[in-house]
Amino acid sequence: MMRAVLALLTGILFGAGLAVSGMTNPVRVRGFLDVGGRWDPTLVFVMAAAVAVMMLAWRMQRRLLRPLLAEKFVLPTRKDIDLRLVAGAALFGVGWGIAGICPGPAFAMLALLPADATIFLVGLFAGMAVFRLFSSRGRHSR
Amino acid sequence: MTLAPAWSTLPGFPGADPAAGLAGGALIGLAAALVLIGLGRIAGVSGLAARAFGLADDGPPRGMAVLFILGLPLGAGLVYALTGLGLGAVADWPYLLVAGVLVGLGTRLGSGCTSGHGVCGIGRLSARSIVATIVFICTGMVTVAVLDMLKVAG
Repeated sequence: MMRAVLALLTGILFGAGLAVSGMTNPVRVRGFLDVGGRWDPTLVFVMAAAVAVMMLAWRMQRRLLRPLLAEKFVLPTRKDIDLRLVAGAALFGVGWGIAGICPGPAFAMLALLPADATIFLVGLFAGMAVFRLFSSRGRHSR
Repeated sequence: MTLAPAWSTLPGFPGADPAAGLAGGALIGLAAALVLIGLGRIAGVSGLAARAFGLADDGPPRGMAVLFILGLPLGAGLVYALTGLGLGAVADWPYLLVAGVLVGLGTRLGSGCTSGHGVCGIGRLSARSIVATIVFICTGMVTVAVLDMLKVAG
Protein backbone atom coordinates (compact mmCIF):
# COMPACT_ATOMS: atom_id res chain seq x y z
CA MET A 1 0.00 0.00 0.00
CA MET A 2 2.75 2.44 1.00
CA ARG A 3 4.64 1.43 -2.13
CA ALA A 4 1.64 2.22 -4.32
CA VAL A 5 1.18 5.61 -2.65
CA LEU A 6 4.86 6.45 -3.14
CA ALA A 7 4.77 5.34 -6.80
CA LEU A 8 1.80 7.62 -7.51
CA LEU A 9 3.25 10.48 -5.46
CA THR A 10 6.63 10.34 -7.20
CA GLY A 11 4.86 10.30 -10.56
CA ILE A 12 2.91 13.41 -9.57
CA LEU A 13 6.09 15.15 -8.33
CA PHE A 14 7.92 14.21 -11.52
CA GLY A 15 5.07 15.46 -13.71
CA ALA A 16 4.89 18.70 -11.72
CA GLY A 17 8.64 19.16 -12.13
CA LEU A 18 8.37 18.64 -15.90
CA ALA A 19 5.63 21.27 -16.13
CA VAL A 20 7.38 23.82 -13.89
CA SER A 21 10.70 23.42 -15.70
CA GLY A 22 9.19 23.93 -19.13
CA MET A 23 10.14 20.43 -20.29
CA THR A 24 6.51 19.89 -21.31
CA ASN A 25 6.80 22.83 -23.70
CA PRO A 26 8.11 21.55 -27.06
CA VAL A 27 9.18 25.08 -28.03
CA ARG A 28 11.48 25.31 -25.01
CA VAL A 29 12.96 21.87 -25.59
CA ARG A 30 13.55 22.52 -29.29
CA GLY A 31 15.00 25.88 -28.28
CA PHE A 32 17.62 24.01 -26.25
CA LEU A 33 18.45 21.81 -29.22
CA ASP A 34 18.56 24.82 -31.56
CA VAL A 35 22.21 25.75 -30.99
CA GLY A 36 22.50 27.35 -34.40
CA GLY A 37 19.51 29.62 -33.80
CA ARG A 38 18.17 31.34 -30.71
CA TRP A 39 19.58 28.90 -28.18
CA ASP A 40 17.55 28.50 -24.98
CA PRO A 41 19.85 27.13 -22.25
CA THR A 42 17.02 26.54 -19.71
CA LEU A 43 17.35 22.77 -20.02
CA VAL A 44 20.92 23.00 -18.71
CA PHE A 45 19.51 24.36 -15.44
CA VAL A 46 16.84 21.64 -15.31
CA MET A 47 19.45 18.91 -15.78
CA ALA A 48 21.91 20.51 -13.34
CA ALA A 49 19.35 20.71 -10.53
CA ALA A 50 17.95 17.23 -11.14
CA VAL A 51 21.40 15.61 -11.41
CA ALA A 52 22.61 17.41 -8.26
CA VAL A 53 19.70 16.02 -6.24
CA MET A 54 20.25 12.55 -7.73
CA MET A 55 23.95 12.64 -6.81
CA LEU A 56 22.95 13.08 -3.16
CA ALA A 57 20.43 10.26 -3.54
CA TRP A 58 23.08 7.89 -4.95
CA ARG A 59 25.32 8.72 -1.97
CA MET A 60 22.51 7.84 0.39
CA GLN A 61 21.73 4.71 -1.61
CA ARG A 62 25.27 3.38 -1.10
CA ARG A 63 24.78 3.51 2.68
CA LEU A 64 21.48 1.65 2.63
CA LEU A 65 21.21 -2.14 2.75
CA ARG A 66 17.77 -2.04 1.15
CA PRO A 67 15.27 0.56 -0.05
CA LEU A 68 12.87 1.95 2.55
CA LEU A 69 9.78 0.31 1.02
CA ALA A 70 11.09 -2.61 -1.05
CA GLU A 71 13.06 -5.81 -0.44
CA LYS A 72 16.09 -4.91 -2.51
CA PHE A 73 17.61 -2.46 -4.93
CA VAL A 74 17.18 -3.46 -8.57
CA LEU A 75 19.64 -1.32 -10.51
CA PRO A 76 21.41 -1.47 -13.88
CA THR A 77 24.72 -3.30 -13.69
CA ARG A 78 25.97 -3.04 -17.27
CA LYS A 79 29.03 -0.91 -17.90
CA ASP A 80 29.83 -1.71 -21.54
CA ILE A 81 29.25 0.87 -24.22
CA ASP A 82 27.98 -1.04 -27.24
CA LEU A 83 26.49 -0.21 -30.62
CA ARG A 84 22.96 -0.81 -29.37
CA LEU A 85 23.30 1.87 -26.69
CA VAL A 86 24.73 4.42 -29.12
CA ALA A 87 22.33 3.60 -31.96
CA GLY A 88 19.33 3.67 -29.61
CA ALA A 89 20.36 7.01 -28.10
CA ALA A 90 20.96 8.40 -31.61
CA LEU A 91 17.46 7.39 -32.79
CA PHE A 92 15.93 8.77 -29.63
CA GLY A 93 17.71 12.08 -30.19
CA VAL A 94 16.34 12.36 -33.73
CA GLY A 95 12.77 11.79 -32.49
CA TRP A 96 13.34 14.20 -29.61
CA GLY A 97 14.53 16.85 -32.06
CA ILE A 98 11.60 16.39 -34.45
CA ALA A 99 8.87 16.87 -31.83
CA GLY A 100 10.64 18.42 -28.84
CA ILE A 101 9.00 15.72 -26.74
CA CYS A 102 10.52 12.84 -24.75
CA PRO A 103 8.64 10.11 -22.85
CA GLY A 104 8.06 11.90 -19.50
CA PRO A 105 6.70 15.11 -21.03
CA ALA A 106 4.58 13.07 -23.47
CA PHE A 107 2.58 11.63 -20.57
CA ALA A 108 2.58 14.95 -18.69
CA MET A 109 1.21 16.70 -21.81
CA LEU A 110 -1.88 14.49 -21.69
CA ALA A 111 -3.12 16.99 -19.09
CA LEU A 112 -3.09 19.95 -21.45
CA LEU A 113 -2.88 18.79 -25.07
CA PRO A 114 -4.40 15.30 -24.95
CA ALA A 115 -4.82 14.91 -28.72
CA ASP A 116 -1.22 15.84 -29.60
CA ALA A 117 0.17 13.82 -26.68
CA THR A 118 -1.88 10.78 -27.71
CA ILE A 119 -0.57 10.86 -31.29
CA PHE A 120 3.02 10.96 -30.00
CA LEU A 121 2.28 8.17 -27.49
CA VAL A 122 0.73 5.95 -30.18
CA GLY A 123 4.02 6.30 -32.08
CA LEU A 124 5.99 5.68 -28.89
CA PHE A 125 4.18 2.42 -28.15
CA ALA A 126 4.50 1.33 -31.78
CA GLY A 127 8.27 1.90 -31.60
CA MET A 128 8.48 -0.02 -28.34
CA ALA A 129 6.41 -2.86 -29.78
CA VAL A 130 8.72 -3.08 -32.81
CA PHE A 131 11.69 -3.36 -30.48
CA ARG A 132 9.97 -6.06 -28.45
CA LEU A 133 9.15 -8.04 -31.57
CA PHE A 134 12.75 -8.03 -32.73
CA SER A 135 14.31 -8.60 -29.33
CA SER A 136 12.13 -11.66 -28.67
CA ARG A 137 12.99 -13.00 -32.15
CA GLY A 138 16.63 -12.61 -31.23
CA ARG A 139 16.05 -14.61 -28.08
CA HIS A 140 14.45 -17.50 -29.93
CA SER A 141 17.04 -17.72 -32.65
CA ARG A 142 20.00 -17.64 -30.27
CA MET B 1 3.89 32.11 -21.17
CA THR B 2 6.36 31.08 -18.52
CA LEU B 3 6.27 30.62 -14.78
CA ALA B 4 9.29 32.86 -14.34
CA PRO B 5 9.37 35.64 -11.81
CA ALA B 6 10.56 38.92 -13.30
CA TRP B 7 14.10 38.33 -12.02
CA SER B 8 14.49 34.97 -13.71
CA THR B 9 16.49 36.08 -16.70
CA LEU B 10 19.80 35.18 -18.22
CA PRO B 11 21.78 37.96 -19.93
CA GLY B 12 22.10 37.25 -23.63
CA PHE B 13 19.33 34.64 -23.63
CA PRO B 14 15.99 36.47 -23.58
CA GLY B 15 13.97 33.25 -23.87
CA ALA B 16 15.67 31.45 -21.01
CA ASP B 17 14.06 30.84 -17.64
CA PRO B 18 16.80 29.60 -15.28
CA ALA B 19 14.75 29.88 -12.06
CA ALA B 20 11.89 27.80 -13.41
CA GLY B 21 14.46 25.36 -14.79
CA LEU B 22 16.19 24.96 -11.44
CA ALA B 23 12.91 24.65 -9.51
CA GLY B 24 11.43 22.11 -11.92
CA GLY B 25 14.71 20.23 -12.14
CA ALA B 26 14.88 19.98 -8.34
CA LEU B 27 11.34 18.51 -8.29
CA ILE B 28 12.28 16.00 -11.00
CA GLY B 29 15.44 15.09 -9.06
CA LEU B 30 13.48 14.74 -5.82
CA ALA B 31 10.96 12.43 -7.48
CA ALA B 32 13.73 10.27 -8.97
CA ALA B 33 15.55 10.26 -5.61
CA LEU B 34 12.40 9.05 -3.81
CA VAL B 35 11.96 6.27 -6.39
CA LEU B 36 15.55 5.15 -5.77
CA ILE B 37 15.58 5.41 -1.97
CA GLY B 38 11.98 4.34 -1.39
CA LEU B 39 11.37 1.77 -4.12
CA GLY B 40 14.93 0.75 -5.03
CA ARG B 41 14.51 1.49 -8.74
CA ILE B 42 15.66 3.84 -11.47
CA ALA B 43 13.02 6.44 -12.37
CA GLY B 44 13.40 5.99 -16.11
CA VAL B 45 10.16 7.00 -17.78
CA SER B 46 10.70 5.02 -21.01
CA GLY B 47 11.31 1.80 -19.06
CA LEU B 48 8.39 2.42 -16.70
CA ALA B 49 6.10 3.24 -19.65
CA ALA B 50 7.09 0.06 -21.49
CA ARG B 51 6.40 -1.91 -18.33
CA ALA B 52 3.11 -0.16 -17.57
CA PHE B 53 1.75 -0.85 -21.05
CA GLY B 54 2.94 -4.45 -21.23
CA LEU B 55 5.72 -3.75 -23.73
CA ALA B 56 8.58 -4.98 -21.51
CA ASP B 57 9.08 -8.36 -19.88
CA ASP B 58 11.44 -7.19 -17.18
CA GLY B 59 11.44 -4.11 -15.02
CA PRO B 60 9.63 -2.92 -11.93
CA PRO B 61 6.34 -4.36 -10.62
CA ARG B 62 3.66 -3.46 -13.13
CA GLY B 63 1.40 -1.75 -10.58
CA MET B 64 4.21 0.55 -9.55
CA ALA B 65 4.93 1.47 -13.17
CA VAL B 66 1.24 2.16 -13.89
CA LEU B 67 0.84 4.41 -10.85
CA PHE B 68 4.01 6.37 -11.61
CA ILE B 69 2.96 6.96 -15.22
CA LEU B 70 -0.56 7.93 -14.09
CA GLY B 71 1.02 10.49 -11.77
CA LEU B 72 2.79 12.33 -14.60
CA PRO B 73 -0.30 14.01 -16.17
CA LEU B 74 -1.79 14.48 -12.68
CA GLY B 75 1.26 16.42 -11.51
CA ALA B 76 1.55 18.46 -14.69
CA GLY B 77 -2.22 19.10 -14.69
CA LEU B 78 -1.98 20.38 -11.13
CA VAL B 79 0.74 22.85 -12.13
CA TYR B 80 -1.21 23.97 -15.20
CA ALA B 81 -4.36 24.47 -13.08
CA LEU B 82 -2.52 26.46 -10.41
CA THR B 83 -0.43 28.65 -12.71
CA GLY B 84 -2.27 28.88 -15.99
CA LEU B 85 1.05 27.86 -17.56
CA GLY B 86 0.63 27.14 -21.25
CA LEU B 87 2.49 25.18 -23.90
CA GLY B 88 4.07 26.42 -27.09
CA ALA B 89 3.43 25.19 -30.59
CA VAL B 90 3.42 21.46 -31.13
CA ALA B 91 4.52 19.78 -34.37
CA ASP B 92 1.91 18.61 -36.89
CA TRP B 93 0.58 15.11 -36.36
CA PRO B 94 2.68 13.22 -38.94
CA TYR B 95 5.83 14.57 -37.29
CA LEU B 96 4.48 13.72 -33.83
CA LEU B 97 3.80 10.16 -34.93
CA VAL B 98 7.19 9.62 -36.57
CA ALA B 99 8.95 11.25 -33.62
CA GLY B 100 7.05 8.97 -31.24
CA VAL B 101 8.13 5.85 -33.15
CA LEU B 102 11.79 6.94 -33.13
CA VAL B 103 11.65 7.82 -29.43
CA GLY B 104 9.94 4.52 -28.55
CA LEU B 105 12.34 2.37 -30.55
CA GLY B 106 15.40 4.42 -29.59
CA THR B 107 14.76 4.41 -25.86
CA ARG B 108 14.23 0.64 -25.76
CA LEU B 109 17.28 -0.04 -27.91
CA GLY B 110 19.38 2.44 -25.94
CA SER B 111 17.99 1.36 -22.54
CA GLY B 112 16.73 4.76 -21.47
CA CYS B 113 15.81 8.35 -22.12
CA THR B 114 16.31 11.80 -20.60
CA SER B 115 15.21 10.64 -17.15
CA GLY B 116 16.90 7.25 -16.83
CA HIS B 117 20.17 8.16 -18.56
CA GLY B 118 20.15 11.96 -18.31
CA VAL B 119 19.11 12.36 -14.67
CA CYS B 120 19.57 9.06 -12.80
CA GLY B 121 22.51 7.68 -14.81
CA ILE B 122 24.53 10.87 -14.94
CA GLY B 123 23.84 11.36 -11.21
CA ARG B 124 25.45 7.96 -10.72
CA LEU B 125 28.32 8.90 -13.07
CA SER B 126 27.50 5.90 -15.26
CA ALA B 127 29.68 5.94 -18.39
CA ARG B 128 26.88 4.32 -20.43
CA SER B 129 24.45 7.06 -19.42
CA ILE B 130 26.92 9.87 -20.03
CA VAL B 131 27.63 8.53 -23.53
CA ALA B 132 23.92 8.00 -24.26
CA THR B 133 23.06 11.53 -23.11
CA ILE B 134 25.81 13.14 -25.19
CA VAL B 135 24.69 11.11 -28.22
CA PHE B 136 20.99 11.97 -27.97
CA ILE B 137 21.65 15.65 -27.32
CA CYS B 138 23.96 15.76 -30.37
CA THR B 139 21.57 13.95 -32.73
CA GLY B 140 18.73 16.10 -31.37
CA MET B 141 20.69 19.27 -32.17
CA VAL B 142 21.57 18.02 -35.65
CA THR B 143 17.93 17.10 -36.28
CA VAL B 144 16.65 20.54 -35.27
CA ALA B 145 19.32 22.21 -37.42
CA VAL B 146 18.43 20.07 -40.45
CA LEU B 147 14.66 20.60 -40.02
CA ASP B 148 15.31 24.32 -39.63
CA MET B 149 17.24 24.32 -42.86
CA LEU B 150 14.43 22.49 -44.64
CA LYS B 151 11.88 24.77 -42.93
CA VAL B 152 9.65 21.94 -41.86
CA ALA B 153 8.15 20.70 -38.57
CA GLY B 154 8.43 22.49 -35.26
